[in-house]
Amino acid sequence: MNVMLFGVAKDIAGTARMQLPEGITTAGELKAWLLATYPALQQLKSLMIAVNKAYAADGQAVGATDEIAVIPPVSGG
Amino acid sequence: MDVLLKIETDITIQEALDFIHSPACGGEVVFTGKVRNDTKGRAVDKLFYEAYKEMALSEMQKIADDVARQWDIKKLAMLHAVGDKLPGEVAVVVAVSSVHRGIAFDACEYAIDTLKATVPIWKKEFFSDGEVV
Repeated sequence: MNVMLFGVAKDIAGTARMQLPEGITTAGELKAWLLATYPALQQLKSLMIAVNKAYAADGQAVGATDEIAVIPPVSGG
Repeated sequence: MDVLLKIETDITIQEALDFIHSPACGGEVVFTGKVRNDTKGRAVDKLFYEAYKEMALSEMQKIADDVARQWDIKKLAMLHAVGDKLPGEVAVVVAVSSVHRGIAFDACEYAIDTLKATVPIWKKEFFSDGEVV
């Protein structure tokens, strides 16, 4: 369970943690999988993936040992 | 530059002020973000703030590094609250001190604007009519 979901992404998926889906090897693939699996995520202004506590570009590799986070638009302050 | 970063249930303006005080600094600028009692005309009962704390602290450190690169700021404090916050309570404090005031305004504005854009913290609004957004 190395994928964490926050904010409205957690509410839409209905879970705060999930396993990295089979066959997903990059941050971009994970984002595409999430948008296809939970279409309500497409309504958000942005959806970022963080790998090991830093924002990841679409091409960045992801694996079972990484700490991965799904980051909907931030709204601190 | 000395830096204080904090994400906790309770934060105070005073701890930020205490941290940035320095006999070498003649200018102190403090931004305080507080919970409003309405959003676009709708009454708000409370906010709930959630943080991805380890990454949020790391992003706040990047902002501090950017500030140190751009301006001769002596001390910087960035505090953000998490959990339930009621109207009037403090949600965020950014405080900076420098020898003179000009760059302190610039650095403080840069820090709060960047915090709101990049630091992984989320708020939920609980409206008086029962809706939660």
